[in-house]
Amino acid sequence: MERRRFFGKGFTLLAQFGLISSVFKRASAEPTDYDASKHYYGMGIQVNKCIGCGKCMEACKEENGVPKEPFYFRTWVERYSIKKDGEVIVKSIDPRIDTLGNTVSEKDVMRSFFVPKLCNHCDHPPCVQVCPVGATFKTDDGVILVDSERCIGCRYCIQACPYGARYLNPVTSTADKCTFCYHRITKGLLPACVEVCPTQARIFGDTRSTASPLTRFKRMFKLHVLKPSLNTDPKVQYADLDGEVR
Amino acid sequence: MNPANEHLYEMLRQVSGYIYPNEVEFHWSILIVVYPYLTGLVAGAFILASLVKVFKVKQLQPVYRLSMLTALSFMIIAPLPLQMHLGHWERSYEIFLTPNFTSAMAMFGFVYAWYLMVVLLLEIWFTYRRDLIRWTDTDKPVMRFVHRALALFSKDTSEEGERFDMKAVKFITIIGIPSAFLLHGYVGFIFGSIKANPWWSSVLIPIVFLFSAIVSGIAMVMLLYMIVTPLRGQKIDMACIDKMASFLFVAVIIDFSLEMLDFIHRLYESEESIKILSDLVMNKLFISLGIVQVLLGMIIPLALILFIKLFRVDEELRKLFYFLGAILIQMGIFATRWNVVMGGQMFSKSFRGLTVYKMDITGIEGLLMTFVLLLLPFVILWILIKVMPPWETSPSAT
Repeated sequence: MERRRFFGKGFTLLAQFGLISSVFKRASAEPTDYDASKHYYGMGIQVNKCIGCGKCMEACKEENGVPKEPFYFRTWVERYSIKKDGEVIVKSIDPRIDTLGNTVSEKDVMRSFFVPKLCNHCDHPPCVQVCPVGATFKTDDGVILVDSERCIGCRYCIQACPYGARYLNPVTSTADKCTFCYHRITKGLLPACVEVCPTQARIFGDTRSTASPLTRFKRMFKLHVLKPSLNTDPKVQYADLDGEVR
Repeated sequence: MNPANEHLYEMLRQVSGYIYPNEVEFHWSILIVVYPYLTGLVAGAFILASLVKVFKVKQLQPVYRLSMLTALSFMIIAPLPLQMHLGHWERSYEIFLTPNFTSAMAMFGFVYAWYLMVVLLLEIWFTYRRDLIRWTDTDKPVMRFVHRALALFSKDTSEEGERFDMKAVKFITIIGIPSAFLLHGYVGFIFGSIKANPWWSSVLIPIVFLFSAIVSGIAMVMLLYMIVTPLRGQKIDMACIDKMASFLFVAVIIDFSLEMLDFIHRLYESEESIKILSDLVMNKLFISLGIVQVLLGMIIPLALILFIKLFRVDEELRKLFYFLGAILIQMGIFATRWNVVMGGQMFSKSFRGLTVYKMDITGIEGLLMTFVLLLLPFVILWILIKVMPPWETSPSAT
């Protein structure tokens, strides 16, 4: 716990700096003639680099106006503790949901790691398939978005998402989820969670680019996606992913 | 803490294991349990009626019109729980205007409109047309106008017109049977096609829904007939309810077999989700599934009907057993819908935890509203029976 607190406090400063600098970047970003068809976005997550500081969660909530209550997340981080007897204990790092506590004694732990989660922006998105009015859609640049002016709030997409990445926004009464910070990436900026990650565990980029950090990430690591058997073809790919992660 | 989210904090405390944070909120409430229950009754009641017209089961003639009116009453209310559940009910027309053709739910409007307009209303109109005209001879002024309007101001009481009516009814019923299958099979498909949810994702779900619909529809008409007939001072036609019970018996056996097949198949395949689904059944659904759905809703009614079939049972005891069996079946089918809708949301898609459903008493998605929605079809049926009595047998009805 001490180590967690140290990292938490230490990185608060860094995260704040990151947020402030990103705000300046946003303010100075010139409107460009953005052509969605020239991009196709994805994200890479290096599990071993995540330290569970939770700054991505905070930044996301701030940037996107996600309700502060502990039931609505566009991105969240899970802590996996795999015990020597094989038992798997999963906790959310948000203390409002789970008290991390010392439920698993350190000497019982075989291995432990953090896994950031978010919408996988699937290439075959079940949420888009089931939306009765087409309010959930895939953009030309591969991002899954929700048109809150059209969504009827039936929540079928929430049921269809295998990753628990969607919630019903209590303010708009429409489905809500990660947008890869679409308002930022279309201006050439990084998503807020990527911007503030102190260890660069999250890498964002254009999957079609030959020189993006994401392409480098994909060259460097053996990658895996969540729930591949469901054939959703996620565009969020993980390096160092443990088989216990769902 | 936002007071509006107080119930979510309470649910949060009752979560066991790990669930994704967005899963704390229960997204489909009891209203979504009511919806398949009501549509199932519609399909079941219609299929019972079709036994008379298409399969010439003459013993069921006394309940033919009652079945049709029952189907219509429940059909009128069936979309209400869906509508009330929407975050933006005022945008629901978008399903008709800009449907997403890859979405099973988008087909709801079309399936519903087809079934209500093309099947139910047309068949009822052709069945009643001649009677509606005939009733105007003895009606008081207001009712005379109502009957004339319902007959669409038709005045043709000729034999030729009646023959056409009968042909039309038969033709519509033939279309209606696959339509009824479509209606409730489609509702099952809404759940069965969600691959993210192993409790729902099964090719058998639409078929299970269909047969449970037939079971609930027959049992509901049986109940209504056994309640209304003595109230009218008439004698219950035992041949009719014996026949209904026979069909009910077969339908329950098929339904039970399909559900057992689904259960055994899951156990035998023993996929990744089997552990959490076992926890779900043993910890969260034991009473509603094991006791209410299977024991009270299937095994005991089957035993009651089997007892009647095996032993010479006098009329009064038969009535009692049928009545009791039909009530238990209604409970069982409601529990079936509950177990599907709620069961599918009580476990996390991480397969590592279980959550709870906390029902409100008041409010749009509360218990009181559920009772209102379940009672409304009976109010509509009562009005329909007053306006278009299903008891009088006209030549076209026989």
